[in-house]
Amino acid sequence: MSRPLVEARGLTKRFGDFTAVDAIDFEIQPGEVYGFLGPNGAGKSSTMRMIGATSPIDEGTLSVFGLDPRADGRQIRGRLGVVPQENQLDEELRVEDNLFIYGRYFDLPRRTITPRIDELLDFAQLSDKRKSKVVALSGGMKRRLTIARALINQPELVLLDEPTTGLDPQARHILWDRLYRLKQDGVTLVITTHYMDEAEQLCDRLCVMDRGRIVAEGTPRQLIEDHSHREVLELRFSVGRQEDAIARLGGVASRLEVLADRVLLYVDSADAAMAEVAARGLVPESTVVRRSTLEDVFLRLTGRTLVE
Amino acid sequence: MATPVALRFVEAQARNYRRVWRASAFSNFLNPIMYLTAMGIGLGSLVDEGTASAFGAGGYLAWLAPGMLAATGFLAGAGEGAFPVMAGTKWIKSWHSVLNTPVAPADILLGLFTWITLRLLMICGIYGIVIVMFGVGTPAGVALAVLPAALVGIAVAAPMAAFAARLEDDSGLATMFRFGVVPLFLFSGTFFPISQFPELIRPLAYLTPLWHGVELSRAAAIGLDTVFPWWVNVGYLLVWLLVGWVLADTQVEKRLIA
Repeated sequence: MSRPLVEARGLTKRFGDFTAVDAIDFEIQPGEVYGFLGPNGAGKSSTMRMIGATSPIDEGTLSVFGLDPRADGRQIRGRLGVVPQENQLDEELRVEDNLFIYGRYFDLPRRTITPRIDELLDFAQLSDKRKSKVVALSGGMKRRLTIARALINQPELVLLDEPTTGLDPQARHILWDRLYRLKQDGVTLVITTHYMDEAEQLCDRLCVMDRGRIVAEGTPRQLIEDHSHREVLELRFSVGRQEDAIARLGGVASRLEVLADRVLLYVDSADAAMAEVAARGLVPESTVVRRSTLEDVFLRLTGRTLVE
Repeated sequence: MATPVALRFVEAQARNYRRVWRASAFSNFLNPIMYLTAMGIGLGSLVDEGTASAFGAGGYLAWLAPGMLAATGFLAGAGEGAFPVMAGTKWIKSWHSVLNTPVAPADILLGLFTWITLRLLMICGIYGIVIVMFGVGTPAGVALAVLPAALVGIAVAAPMAAFAARLEDDSGLATMFRFGVVPLFLFSGTFFPISQFPELIRPLAYLTPLWHGVELSRAAAIGLDTVFPWWVNVGYLLVWLLVGWVLADTQVEKRLIA
């Protein structure tokens, strides 16, 4: 395996008494899409900002492109692309000016930036919006422009902090498609998300973060295999009946999770479990059978749901 | 050769300014015409009837004009120091995205202050042209008076930038303009000589940065004697600039890098 692009050992970030990132270790290989999955406040963004050399490291070591963010922040940032959680675009400026000015921060010459803006607007499907002010763009377009902006310096590594939060499903799918193209071009992507479908769609490998720690790491499939069962049976009971039903579900599933509005049964065969539920005389209001997802892995590892 | 990092920030400001330069230059031109007509000629005619000798040979208009020039630098500096910092760190947060490039907070500040100085020279330069059009002073003297006016501007822009970076929301900014900037604008010897103050509080005027700029501008434009040697005034303004810069550096870094 080639030398990792990013390597963290005991990486720690504190804000006063609060430890946002608590001695985590991880490695990101060139060309992969690596994800940090976790709820808000898990320490994902703090980790991203340390990788991006914009947030000082309190303890541990971090190497990005083999460089130390403490000493070589400028060089690291020059080779990175960053898509922050908030777009931070200049809304009063035209689309192309946002890209041009950003390119100049990297000291790219005009003759390099101009053709690159054409390519990037094409990539971001914004060519016809070139002369529009940013303020007139939709949420999805602004997000794609922010991604285009992050690519102006042809980065080897792109950090995307919650790339699709707040977008409608169609806009998300367009964005995922763009990110997939980047991956095919060999760009290494690091993504934070609290959407398990996003993590499953995009990530080759991911770690689950909770309260500043990494609680599991692996490929999406591996994580599901290791930490959950094949199938999930979701039972919804009428109001007030859930308690009683839970008492009678003992032994039906190898694991049982109680959420506010439903009961999750983790089983190898949902059909067999359903038959057993019926045999015990329980009649749920509704029944859903699905495969295990990363959401279930997260629930298993932390006892909490991702989006609360 | 690589472009110095702070200059890239200056270039971005200039590119941004291109969008509004016509309206901006027009108002920079119109403003002094209105002020000098209303206060210098209109009010001045009344003032000169009473105590013409108090304001020297040129009367109130000639006395007021260089003072207003310095006051314009002062007001512009206060605004240019505060608003870009608010926009960059709080309103648009554009500086956060700038920091994801090779640019660092100290580069942003150096670039910002360079840009503000250029803008102040522009604003005060236009003011100077209007002053000459009003027949006050010599073109060379007025041109020289533009420099201290711009210096006052950058001297207050730096501490204003520090103040703005420290703020959590906009309300503190309004308070600062209402109770800090406006009183300094009114009571720094711009509209009337500080000799009108009771002797005890007169030294308070010496503490205000604008008074020093007004002294220098008047000396350059209409040859008025100054209370202190000119280098005292310049030195005092430089202290404001340097202390403000150090404070701004700390505050902006604190705001942007966590």
